[in-house]
Amino acid sequence: MAEFEPKIVAFCCNWCSYAGADGAGVARMQMPTNFRIIRTMCSARVDPEHVLRAFSKGADGVLVLGCHPADCHYIGGNYRARRRIALLRMVLEQYGFDPKRMKLEWVSASEGEKFQKTVIEFVDTIKALGPNPVCSKEA
Amino acid sequence: MVKIPKLVPTSQFQTIYVINGGKDLTKSALVIGGGIAGIQASLDLADRDIHVYLVEKEPTTGGKMARLDKTFPTNDCSACILSPKMADCAGHPNITTMTFSEVVKVDGKEGDFKVTVKKKARYVDPDECTGCGDCIVKCPVKNVPDQFEYGLSTRKAIYIPHAQAVPRVAIIDPDNCRMLTKGKCGICEKTCQKGAINYKDTDKEVVLDVGSIIVSAGFDVWDASIATEYGYGRYANVVTAMEFERMMGASGPTHGHIQMRSSGETPKKIAFVQCCGSRSEKDGWKKYCSSVCCMYAVKQAMIVKEHADIDEQIFFMDIRSFGKEFEDYIHRGERDYNIGMHRSSRVSHIEEDQETKKLLVNYSGPNGDPLTEEFDMVVLSVGLNPPAGVSEMAEVLGIELNEYGYCKTNVLNPLATSRPGVFVSGAFSAPKDIPTTVAESSGASAKAGAHIVDKNFVPAAPKEFPKETDVSGQEPRIGVWVCSCGINISATIDVKSLTEYVSTLPGVVFAKNSMYACAQDTLKEISETIREQNLNRVVVASCTPRTHEPLFRMACREGGLNKYLFNMANIRDQCSWIHMHEPEKATLKAKDLVRMAIAKAALLEPLQESTLPVTNAAAVIGGGITGMTAALDIAAQGFPVHLVEREAQLGGNVLKFRHKEDGIEVQDFLKEMIAKVNANDLITVHLNSEIEDIPGFVGSFKLKLKGKDEIPVGAVILAVGASQYKPTEYNYGKDDKVMTILELEAKIAENGFKGKNVAFIQCVGSRNDKVPYCSRVCCAGALRNAIKIKMADPTANVTVFHKDIRTYAFREELYRKASEVGVIFLRYNETDPLPAYDGKTVKAIDCILGSEVSVPVDTVVLSTGLTPDREEKEAIAQMLKIPISKDGFYFEAHQKLRPVDFATEGVFVAGSAHWPKFMDECMAQGSGTASRALTVISKNALSSEGIVATVNETYCDGCGVCEGCCEYNAIEIVTLENGVSKKSVVNAGLCKGCGSCVAACPSGAMEQKGFKSNQIQAELDAFLDFPVGG
Repeated sequence: MAEFEPKIVAFCCNWCSYAGADGAGVARMQMPTNFRIIRTMCSARVDPEHVLRAFSKGADGVLVLGCHPADCHYIGGNYRARRRIALLRMVLEQYGFDPKRMKLEWVSASEGEKFQKTVIEFVDTIKALGPNPVCSKEA
Repeated sequence: MVKIPKLVPTSQFQTIYVINGGKDLTKSALVIGGGIAGIQASLDLADRDIHVYLVEKEPTTGGKMARLDKTFPTNDCSACILSPKMADCAGHPNITTMTFSEVVKVDGKEGDFKVTVKKKARYVDPDECTGCGDCIVKCPVKNVPDQFEYGLSTRKAIYIPHAQAVPRVAIIDPDNCRMLTKGKCGICEKTCQKGAINYKDTDKEVVLDVGSIIVSAGFDVWDASIATEYGYGRYANVVTAMEFERMMGASGPTHGHIQMRSSGETPKKIAFVQCCGSRSEKDGWKKYCSSVCCMYAVKQAMIVKEHADIDEQIFFMDIRSFGKEFEDYIHRGERDYNIGMHRSSRVSHIEEDQETKKLLVNYSGPNGDPLTEEFDMVVLSVGLNPPAGVSEMAEVLGIELNEYGYCKTNVLNPLATSRPGVFVSGAFSAPKDIPTTVAESSGASAKAGAHIVDKNFVPAAPKEFPKETDVSGQEPRIGVWVCSCGINISATIDVKSLTEYVSTLPGVVFAKNSMYACAQDTLKEISETIREQNLNRVVVASCTPRTHEPLFRMACREGGLNKYLFNMANIRDQCSWIHMHEPEKATLKAKDLVRMAIAKAALLEPLQESTLPVTNAAAVIGGGITGMTAALDIAAQGFPVHLVEREAQLGGNVLKFRHKEDGIEVQDFLKEMIAKVNANDLITVHLNSEIEDIPGFVGSFKLKLKGKDEIPVGAVILAVGASQYKPTEYNYGKDDKVMTILELEAKIAENGFKGKNVAFIQCVGSRNDKVPYCSRVCCAGALRNAIKIKMADPTANVTVFHKDIRTYAFREELYRKASEVGVIFLRYNETDPLPAYDGKTVKAIDCILGSEVSVPVDTVVLSTGLTPDREEKEAIAQMLKIPISKDGFYFEAHQKLRPVDFATEGVFVAGSAHWPKFMDECMAQGSGTASRALTVISKNALSSEGIVATVNETYCDGCGVCEGCCEYNAIEIVTLENGVSKKSVVNAGLCKGCGSCVAACPSGAMEQKGFKSNQIQAELDAFLDFPVGG
């Protein structure tokens, strides 16, 4: 069997983490190809429904990346995202879904390196967890 | 009042504009030089509603920056960041670009110049030429050395200067055209379907009425053949840095491959020879430091290393990485890229092995020994020269040049030339890097604008676009452009298969691969294809929307499409660049990314923007020399300024300076400036003032000072400076012998200095583990005083302990002079601790001797750097939501091309709050922020983003969750007429479009335009419902 290649959705806010991802590109920081970025203006735009939809459609992992605390372009959007993701994590857990498949991280516009590190580590985590049990592609 | 003469349109966009609706205008401004300096100056003036003539002597704008492959210290693709500016400039309704033109006469005086411009014969009618290139294919005259490529490749006698030329029209080289030299041929005329060829074209003159002039004439590269000892022109494998840069470029003569001219093979070992043409008194060489070569050499070495494993070594005297985050960059090159760094190693001469064509580089090692090493290739880090014909230009303009042949300026008035109303920016006044140039250009535009804006001033009319086509009810007809970005994308991603794949996707009716999607011709093609193919959505798969979305949106508007019907797929920054070694996987990923972008695009809706009111006043935080300059420049154009200073007096750090600049006591100058500020009715000075908060957004900030009523302002300038580092080293404060430079300077000024044995210690509080950066100003400060001591008492022993001496540009004269008067320079190893001091002697290991040297002292002068006061900066940063750099200074929107802006609109930064810098640089930047702020506060209204929240009233039951989570008070819950039902209402002018309320809404009534739930879901589904790669 070919090595498991996870499918990962990465929500990035426009001002910090999307810029950080661009910064990783500008600095030619190499990383696995498993993730696809969906740009939102703020991490607070990420509706828990989006995350659930991603998992129900077979995403093996979901990253939500936003500005560092106090750096949010929209004042406090990232705090809201943090609260929502914390609640969502509880919901996932209650349904027996490993909450490690969802990760919230802060990546600033100048942190290409952190973006790279986050992606590499998350891909490793998901590879260790194996395919999404809700919708296993092998099945 | 003058009528704008009808001029040749400079771009395809220009033809659709009528400047100011054909109404009379007040005076225009003239900008000479279409490089990045001139482009920035023009854009700032134009955005301040002043009409600009931009005159460029070459057939295209872009200048030297258009020739660069990458830029330091971000390694941004130069073309990628410059092209949008070139296109902005070409498309701006307030800018009339005149390429291949030269200023031949300037009559009149400030406020009322009559300028004669010679438009040189192109032999091609730019109105008719479409830039299709058919004539170039057919032209029989080959092998004309291509000047754009520094002769590394050839062109035809009719040519377009380069792929991203603006305007993209052909030009005939009369010296090589057979028709023009021998009267026989005429092939291009027969080939041209548009009848654009005109062999009888002649030079024409036009006279322009302008109020002020900015000279941004740039520089030329020093002629390396003067350095006969390096064999340039004789040895095949010795190239200049500019030639090397062209080789690195994907669109360059070797398509990004570094090749030896002797064999065409990739070199295995390259030497970079610094200071070629600079820092020498040899005949034909320049005494000054060219400021940029250390950084660009490291950049070139790094970029080359990314593509091939080549042994690279740099030979230099001092490494001059004095700019923002430059020091980190050098370390990265040395540490992560294994670039060999030969400090204190000037190359004396180079020999070529005639058989193997290998090069023997002879240099003096750190301890003075003559050493030799063999290389395959040598890159000469050539310095900067004033532009060719500078004397004639100076005569025409009536301005003075300095002893080095650059435009003469004054430290205390850095943007002014000797002629009133004529200003200067960029490398024409001294060698400098791009960010400094851009900040200066903004500054010069503030100064130039002041001569144009008076009570009769009529702002130029806003840009007009073709009427938007109504696409409602139509099935999606999507056009997709896949960009190769030279080879930035296509080297990794199979763009051909990607384009083919894209054309099979639902809704796609047009798909095409382009070399550069952002080039003028592609933008034009996008606009035309929208009309021809009735496209109602456009997707571009290229780089990042953060830099390029506005450009493509503009192309959509030109095509009559609402600009929000556009979407981008980021297949470069977030795909080809980060998956360089996995081309197959990257191609599959790119297919996913484009499929996702198309899925979202199909659901996009046209959006309308709302307007925001603007308070026509600015706040300047910080009453030092930077803030005062900004305040005066804004007031000079008639707008009120609130200048906030926390201390009891204006002046800031400069109050402590006790030296002269250009023969003028800095304190006298400062007093005069403070008096001007205090006397200006438009400037309100708030002393002893502490900032409580600055809520609001561009156009409508509220400045809240402790104990005062809130003050409405439209823009905020941060000029809060930095502090002198307070040394904890050398028993400072307890030992009377130990003092800082400023304390020494004060003693000298009061004739109280009697030291006989003086040691200067550089980099105290800089370039160490805790503070990794270079503070930029300390070397010059130390040498200025070292010279004073030696001049007053030639018997005094003055020793400077240093790691590098960084007297860049004309400040090199201080280094030369100091050596001449007998100041001793002792270099210690960069990794060594600071020199030891026991109360009587200073000790360090001298690199030249390789052993410890002990110098008896009665005075120890600490060259203390600047500290950013991070805590204070963070407090303001949080109020305005702006970032801080890793070193604790404010972090601008873009290190290269937006040096004084923040990503947060309406907030700007200048002076040492941005990075340590000299007084003249602070003032130039201060003027720069004034100009940037004026582009905001001079407007009656700004148009807001169309991406805002909106309520579906059918679903809304007025629960109020959204109201609670809106940070901008943009949501109100209102009771309907029946007195019972409640609904949420969004104020589109206040909404910033974060979408927080949308995710919070429990009933799905709230939506974010441009990021609607169904649009985000479509992206998700387009990824997850398909196997990887479709």
